[in-house]
Order: sequence, then C-alpha cells, then structure tokens
Amino acid sequence: MKAAKGFVFKYGDNVDTDVIIPARYLNSSDPAELAAHCMEDIDKEFINKVHEGDIIVATKNFGCGSSREHAPIAIKAAGVSCVIAETFARIFYRNAINIGLPIVECPEAARAIEAGDEVEVNFDTGVITDLTKNTTYQGQAFPAFMQKIIAAEGLVNYINQK
Amino acid sequence: MGMTMTQKILAAHAGLDKVEAGQLIEADLDLVLGNDITSPVAIKEMEKMNTQGVFDKDKIALVPDHFVPNKDIKSAEHCKCVREFARKNEITNYFEVGQMGIEHALLPEKGLTVAGDVIIGADSHTCTYGALGAFSTGVGSTDMAAGMATGKAWFKVPAAIRFNLVGKPDKWVSGKDVILHIIGMIGVDGALYKSMEFTGSGIANLTMDDRFTIANMAIEAGGKNGIFPVDELAIAYMKEHSTREYKIYEADEDAVYDEEYTIDLGTLRPTVAFPHLPENTRTIDEIKEDIRIDQVVIGSCTNGRLDDLRIAAEVLAGRHVAEGMRCIVIPATQAIYLQAMEEGLLKTFIEAGAIVSTPTCGPCLGGYMGILAEGERCVSTTNRNFVGRMGHVDSEIYLASPAVAAASAVTGKISCPCQLD
Repeated sequence: MKAAKGFVFKYGDNVDTDVIIPARYLNSSDPAELAAHCMEDIDKEFINKVHEGDIIVATKNFGCGSSREHAPIAIKAAGVSCVIAETFARIFYRNAINIGLPIVECPEAARAIEAGDEVEVNFDTGVITDLTKNTTYQGQAFPAFMQKIIAAEGLVNYINQK
Repeated sequence: MGMTMTQKILAAHAGLDKVEAGQLIEADLDLVLGNDITSPVAIKEMEKMNTQGVFDKDKIALVPDHFVPNKDIKSAEHCKCVREFARKNEITNYFEVGQMGIEHALLPEKGLTVAGDVIIGADSHTCTYGALGAFSTGVGSTDMAAGMATGKAWFKVPAAIRFNLVGKPDKWVSGKDVILHIIGMIGVDGALYKSMEFTGSGIANLTMDDRFTIANMAIEAGGKNGIFPVDELAIAYMKEHSTREYKIYEADEDAVYDEEYTIDLGTLRPTVAFPHLPENTRTIDEIKEDIRIDQVVIGSCTNGRLDDLRIAAEVLAGRHVAEGMRCIVIPATQAIYLQAMEEGLLKTFIEAGAIVSTPTCGPCLGGYMGILAEGERCVSTTNRNFVGRMGHVDSEIYLASPAVAAASAVTGKISCPCQLD
C-alpha cells in the first residue's frame, strides 16, 4: 500500500461527525459536494487550504457521534491521505476502513505532531515520520483481517473478491 | 473465564462455543436497519457488489425518518431512492409516511427486535434495542450494504463495563438522568469499543421506556452497545409487541469486566448536559445561575416515547410556556401520537402553548423543524449537544429529561419541575 505524505491539519479531542460534515448537508451523498463542507463548523479555512495528500492529526475519540459514512467520505474526497489519532470512535473506525480511508492509531504521534508539519505514513510498517521535526513513531498495526479489507480498498471489493 | 451477556449472544451468532474480548468474528444478523440518510449510500454500495439482491427481505428494515416528511427536493430524492429499492427487493419492513416513526422507537414497537438478536443499523443509536436484551450496534452505510447482501457482519468482540444499578429513582429522575449521570462520570469515550452491561436490582424500578433511553445513549459514552438483562417487564413488552421467538442470554458468573460501577438510583438528581459534549453534566442543584433559553424540544429516538410525553404533559398541565418560548413536542411514532391523543396529552401541550409535530428526527440533528439561530439556547431531550448540532455554530444545546425540558419551557430558564409553584 502506497505511503501517505502531506502537511498536517491538527485538531483536538472528540472531533465529532457533526463538525466533520454538518447534517444540514446530508441531503446529498455526492462525495465532492460533501467535501466542499468538510470540517466547516470547526475550521472554516480547512477546505480552502487542504491539498491532495494532506494529513489530519487529532487527539482522542476522533469521529465520535453519528454513524454517517458521509464523514470519512468527505475527508477522503477533500484529498486527505490519512487520519492519525490517539483513538477513533468505533463507527468512524469501521467506516474509514470500509471505504478505504487510511487511519492510524498512535497516541504519541497524535500528541507530538503539530499543525503544518510534513508527515509521512508507511502503512506496511505502521511507521509515522514527522519530516519537519525529524522524529518517528510506531503506529498500531491493523489485524490481518482488516489489512485484507484495506488491501482490497474497501469492504465492497473485499466481498466481491471472496 | 466466563462470557458477558454480549459475548454470549455474539458467540451463538458466530457458531462458536466461546469468544473472548478482542477476537474478530463474523456473525449472522437478525435485522439490518437503515434510514433516509444512510440507506441511499448503502444502496449505491450494494449495487457495486456481485450479489443477487438482499439476503432476506423480512430481515431488513428501512425507515425514512430523518428528513421526513421530505424537507426539500434533495431529501425527497433520497427517500425516493429508498422507496424504489424497497419495492424492487420486496422489503417487508419499509415504513412510509403515515406508518413510520423514529426508527429506534418504531422497531421495538413493531416487534422487529427481540432478546437474543444480533442487529446492525446504519444509525448510531441502533444500540437502543439492548434494552430488550439484544446485541445491537450502529454501523455505517457500507456495513449496512454488506449486511443486506450477505446477512453477516464482522465484529471485534467487545470487552465490557458493568453498571450495577440499585435503588429506586425519585419522581423527577428518569432513564435520561441515569445515562447522563453515567456519561458525565466516564466521559464521551469512557466506554470506547466496549459493551455497557447494566445489571442489578434497581433495573426493576426502571420502565421499558427508561431502559430504551439508557441503551440509546450508550454510543454517547463511545460504547459499542448497551444491554439489559431480560426480566418479566421485558418479556411482557415483547409478548405485547412481537410474535417472534426471543432467546434469553445471561452473563456467566465469572464473566470478566474491565471496570465495574455501582450506582444508587435513589441518589441521582435531574441532570443536564451543558454545551458542547454530553459529558459536561451538572445536576439541577449545581446550576446556580439563570440560564435563559429560547426553545425546548421534547422528542427523538432518545425521549419521544409515551412515558416521556406523559411526564412532560404532567408538568405542562394547567401551565403555559414562557413568553417567547418555542416548545416543540414530537411523538416518536404514529402509535405513540395516537395514544397521546387519546390520553389528552396533545391537548395539554397545545393549551400550554407548545406545538406537536408528526414523527421526525428533524431538529435533533439540525435537519429542520426547529433550527437554532446564532446565540440561541435550547433545552432538548435529544442525545447530542455538539457544536452546530441543531443549527448555528454559535447556538447552544442543553440535554435533559422530558420533565426538566417541560419545566424549562414554563420558566424560560433551565428548571426542575420540583422548582415550579
């Protein structure tokens, strides 16, 4: 799986699905339309500043709240290549894997990496490198079963291949 | 090492004698649920699968409830997509406007959820059915699609936290106060990835509606599910509403819990969650300042059931909402609406200056039917008070029980019924 490399947008604890994609936009399920409003209620500038490949880093319980798959869809469609957090809310975690948005749990990296740092994530080894600070962290590896879903780029392809 | 109630249900549905926390399993599903927001995405995903259609047309429930009756053209298109899918696949349990209700109030009422079931729903509050002793959990649209196609889902077997409930709650303390107290105690990620197992003699003092409310908000503590033992009250509920066979699972005596808490329901007080997290709780006695409010919402999958409407009506009877107050009451299903009408509750609400809406999730998630403007405050019986959840990013939501919400509507500030004349 190709490594992720980009600049960091940093957020705090409990970034919920209502701020990732507010429900007032859920009358659409079009990824591009959802991406246009991604993170709007927590960071109005996010969508203007994000570039293809950029990385979101947050602390505890990222993606808590609703089951809306629109949240990881919006993040992915905005060009984000990976989300690193101390912990993820469980439905967001499932959804991200199921739609093929790479996510990594790593408390040390999530706390130490700062906004604007350039970061690289190697998904084969789980190693996260902060190129700006010249530091590395070991992210938690996925169980083999989930690696298969990720390798198939999502649950639908995984089921089709079975 | 024994198994928890949740682990036993999962083991049985995975065809295994034993499972343990952390184990990845594939389980058979008894019901797959979706609504008008999540189902269109699931239907699109399902079309990409090499599948012959749905695994079982009787084991799928499609409930348009979030933006229904359609709030705009885009919502109408989503509902049309769900309706056409239901027709094409001859889905037995599709609920059109007129039959529908808020999904998590509707499905138990229709007898579609019983003890021992494994249920997934593309809605985070699917955990509600744990009140009946089922394992039920929220998932996303792709999981829903895979569930509809295959009748199976993968799970990581959860570790557990036990909440031993004892004692009897006071008159103005309800299931909402119990769960808000718990979330305040353990935090919004206090039960992350875990099952919340409720046990103890105090459960006998909680109505079914109290238990639905408690299980409903397990997700607000990060929980995978919340689950209650099956007692006589739960059995009576299932017999009244369902023809399906239920199966009772009980935790082993030596089941392992990561943490255990004992909560004396008799010591709890009406509890309010302040902006912008459900864990920011204060008891009514700890609120010393006057917090003026603009709107009250009584309804949702958390608190739109009969018990909730009855206590709200008891508070509002012979009283009137404060000047300038908008009080919106939303019975969660058509049956609840009808019963509330027959009991005269709707008359009480209207005479008190409240409005009564057809069932919808509407205002809870900032969809419609009660959006907040900049700077406005709402006391709501719903489940989330995140930034911008009910409207403007600079509005505020205070989560509370129907009793506190109704009392607050009368005084115009956060109040307990015990503080009314």
